[in-house]
Amino acid sequence: MFKRAKFTDAVIFAVLVFLSAAFLAPIFIVFFNSFKGKLFVVNQPFRLPDSQTFVRLNNYVEGIAKTDFFSAFGYSLFITVFSVAAIILFTAMTAWYITRVKTRFTGVLYYLFVFSMIVPFQMVMFTMSKMANMLHLDNPVGIILIYLGFGAGLSVFMFCGFIKSIPLEIEEAAMIDGCNPIVMFFRVIFPILQPTAITVAILNAMWVWNDYLLPYLVIGSEYKTIPIAIQYLKGGYGSIDWGAMMALLVLAILPIVIFYLSCQKYIIRGVVAGAVKG
Amino acid sequence: MQKELKKYFPFFCLVTVAAFAVAFFIPFCMGIYLSFTEFTTVTNAKWVGLENYVKAFTANREFLDALWFTVRFTVVSVVSINVFAFSLALLLTRGIRGTNLFRTVFFMPNLIGGIVLGYIWQLILNGVLARFQVTLTFDPRYGFWGLVVLMNWQLIGYMMIIYIAGLQNIPTDLLEAAKVDGASPWVTLRKITIPMVMPSITICTFLTLTNSFKLFDQNVALTNGAPSKKTAMLALDIYNTFYGRSGWAGVGQAKAVIFFILVAGIALLQLWLTRRKEVEN
Repeated sequence: MFKRAKFTDAVIFAVLVFLSAAFLAPIFIVFFNSFKGKLFVVNQPFRLPDSQTFVRLNNYVEGIAKTDFFSAFGYSLFITVFSVAAIILFTAMTAWYITRVKTRFTGVLYYLFVFSMIVPFQMVMFTMSKMANMLHLDNPVGIILIYLGFGAGLSVFMFCGFIKSIPLEIEEAAMIDGCNPIVMFFRVIFPILQPTAITVAILNAMWVWNDYLLPYLVIGSEYKTIPIAIQYLKGGYGSIDWGAMMALLVLAILPIVIFYLSCQKYIIRGVVAGAVKG
Repeated sequence: MQKELKKYFPFFCLVTVAAFAVAFFIPFCMGIYLSFTEFTTVTNAKWVGLENYVKAFTANREFLDALWFTVRFTVVSVVSINVFAFSLALLLTRGIRGTNLFRTVFFMPNLIGGIVLGYIWQLILNGVLARFQVTLTFDPRYGFWGLVVLMNWQLIGYMMIIYIAGLQNIPTDLLEAAKVDGASPWVTLRKITIPMVMPSITICTFLTLTNSFKLFDQNVALTNGAPSKKTAMLALDIYNTFYGRSGWAGVGQAKAVIFFILVAGIALLQLWLTRRKEVEN
């Protein structure tokens, strides 16, 4: 009996190793292709670079120059960091207010936020990008407000769920001690919200960093984020420089992998918490 | 306290509410209105009644084709992703060594964006198909299965993590009791494990369903609808109707409204169906 269990475990282990290799293979293939000449990428994608096909860092140089990758990286980073910061701060404040102040208006507001979660982007993409245009929000700063508005639904919903579980006594005590609501929020409530804030931050960061269509429609003609830069490389007629493409894919994946490996614990926990509540 | 706090509405809510109005609420209401009009910019709308909705279905077969493609794709990917993710979760909750490392690897593709994923798989699938002297855009079936593979690669790890959390929540005494009573592993799985992880199944079907149905970036980067729009999903078809041809924005908006109703309807129906099966504990 014992021996058989051990044997099963060994088989499962082997299967898992095989599957992990299969899961990592696509990334590995892209990585070594980024060092090959562009024709060899298309013709022999599964062959490792050799003396004939190796082009050193040429693809990287070309890809970065063609798409102005570093400025795309800068825009992506700027928009992601400030959108996520804005979402956390403002939706936490709003969620606290609409949970604690019970009027018909806050009730309607809450349901509107929840409702917005199931509306697909295509429903508002045209009108929203026109609106952003008219209000001069079509720049890397203005788009932060758009992300706050479009991301508010999920974030308010998640903060509200957590705030409902905070006992009122804490706030009443702070009130008696003479805290006004603004001080109370930043000194008492916001620190308690930290676990949810991390979840909200991770879910929104994943969304904003990888988002393509929204920034493309709102700011894409002037400012390119990383996904827009990659799509831009395709050109008008579908002829792709696969060498430069490989290099850009590696450059796009690298920051994500580093970020993931360095705060894996929070990401996995945040994603589970987000899924369970959302 | 409520009275005191009430006065602070501008401080706590104004920014979020303004952003929400600009980015979602006003565009949503305008979108519904514009679906009944003909327009090129939002300021020159002319009322045409239901004409856009009729046109969406009758002008050509693209919308219906996209709907059918999306439905087939959604069914196949929801089933395959959940079966694989659940199986992996079962394997990874047996306390085998290296479990954390495997979990890390399987989850990673989920963090990569749709555009990047599309080009990664375009390279790989074209490389495989080159052995048979064809490309990904040669036959719509290749695009279909390409998207299924891509979606599986992206979402299996994510769903697996949720299933693992669900499996770890099953009380061990329940499983031990089943063992003492002589239940076979298969019976235990069907009678205890699956009913107990029903909340996770609800969440995972919901996430895979809505993600597959609304898929856009991956679709654009992998095939962009080729050959001849045969692999275009609903979101891409709506995009093409809006921006591909002038004078069709109204039809695009009508399609978007239908799309919204479908997404909302499917999501609510699915939640209702699987929630019914969840056991109270």
